[in-house]
Amino acid sequence: MTHYLIIGAGSAGISAAETIRRLDASGEITQVCAEADGYYSRPGLAYLLADEIPEQQLYPFRQGDFQRLQIRMLHAQVQQIIPQLHQVVFNDGRLLGYDRLLIAMGAFAVMANLPGAELQGVVKLDNLEETRRILKFARKGRRAVVVGGGITALELVEGLRLRGMQVDYLLRGERYWPNVLDETESRIVEQRLKQAGVRIHYQTELSEILGKGGKVVGVHTTGQGHLPCDLVGMAIGVAPRKQIGETAGLKVDKGILVDDTMLTSVPDIFAAGDVAQVYDPRLGKSIVDSLWEPARAQGRIAGTNMAGQTERYIKAVPFNVTRLAGITTTIIGSVGGRDGDPDVVGIVRGDSEGWRQVPHALTVQSNSDVNRLRLLVGEHNLVGGVVMGDQRVSDLVYQLVAHQIEISSIRQKLFTPGADIEAALASFIPTSGDFGRR
Amino acid sequence: MKLRDWLSADRLRRELLVEAQVVPESIRCVQCGICSFYCPINIDIRQHVWDGVPVRDGHCLTCGECVRRCPRGVLRFERSNLFENKR
Repeated sequence: MTHYLIIGAGSAGISAAETIRRLDASGEITQVCAEADGYYSRPGLAYLLADEIPEQQLYPFRQGDFQRLQIRMLHAQVQQIIPQLHQVVFNDGRLLGYDRLLIAMGAFAVMANLPGAELQGVVKLDNLEETRRILKFARKGRRAVVVGGGITALELVEGLRLRGMQVDYLLRGERYWPNVLDETESRIVEQRLKQAGVRIHYQTELSEILGKGGKVVGVHTTGQGHLPCDLVGMAIGVAPRKQIGETAGLKVDKGILVDDTMLTSVPDIFAAGDVAQVYDPRLGKSIVDSLWEPARAQGRIAGTNMAGQTERYIKAVPFNVTRLAGITTTIIGSVGGRDGDPDVVGIVRGDSEGWRQVPHALTVQSNSDVNRLRLLVGEHNLVGGVVMGDQRVSDLVYQLVAHQIEISSIRQKLFTPGADIEAALASFIPTSGDFGRR
Repeated sequence: MKLRDWLSADRLRRELLVEAQVVPESIRCVQCGICSFYCPINIDIRQHVWDGVPVRDGHCLTCGECVRRCPRGVLRFERSNLFENKR
């Protein structure tokens, strides 16, 4: 009987556990989770903050689902892996042996190395426990300062604003998320935030967080001087939890390096999800991302290979749909610019290094009342796209990018000044009973 | 809006209620649970999406709440023939 050990109970870990159980009815599966809250939707924390769902709704599994799958869940923290002995060591000194190990510990939100960062009221939108703390602090009339970039910064900004707080958003650069969005898109988002009463300060950096009695009372900034506040939200990036792999002798770079079966450089040890650095054949290099679906797919692949079958992971085109300032936005493929993002170290949640690759492509764009569409057009196919607002073409754009569909028939049309891009794309729409999505 | 447009929009809406079902694009889903939370019939739509299957539950009203509320655009209405022999 095979002993499977999975460290981490997020999208990758759960997906792996389910897959292993499907393929191995008798193997022993132990899942270790360092969070007392267990398996929940981390992306859903934004919607908890925005008061769209209660906390209890974040759990996809019901009581009994772990028992049904015969997964033993341990709430503990792994301190060390000893590959030669096929053992892990927990924080309390206990040992546990394994035949196959999956490291699916994800990534953690990076905290700024600033004076005052340890004060009560300095928060990140990173896990359920911390989100509960944010909710305690987020009161109508109180003030919040948010720093950072990407999706998480906006989730904080919007969520806190929705709860009636006065929000000051500090951007170190000139615009929001410069290495994924273009200037028009940044401004669309910023405009919406301002309409909602958020104050945005450009080229402003947090230099110190001030406290009284252990709690946040304000911040010092370069550019805007002193700002009183009760809460400081940090969203400056996430880092894969690679340390445990590193100390065990696994090959690491930004994350734990794996091959296309999710196997690390050490036999019987696999990695999947945000912690893993995975080869992207489109880009010709290994990249990290923090996306739910790739984590799920990688968990499935890892589980399959751990259970003795072989399946190779073909990294899909990076793709995410999210809401930015209330506008549904789909980001597909390579869209990024040459600029770095001064507000973020590495990537944020819901982000992918794959988006930032500067594509060998030309941009076409169209703006209407309800839709902003930007396409990165390569020689023969689309290499990326951003769809803001009306999402009807987003599926189509994704299919065209993902399957590298030959678009020569419309290429000329796309570059005609004043072109109706959506109409040009319409020639690719299959006729079906599809009523489309919102 | 012209009368003709209004009538076709209304017919579309009625066709939807009768013929359509909620179909997921599972790669967009992050299992947040908003869909299940707002379902007036308490169907576990989130589970359907995880399993990659349309909501074939006979209780579904095709009210559209889940489709509208999903923050990631996972769900859409698609015509189906409920009486066709499907697995």
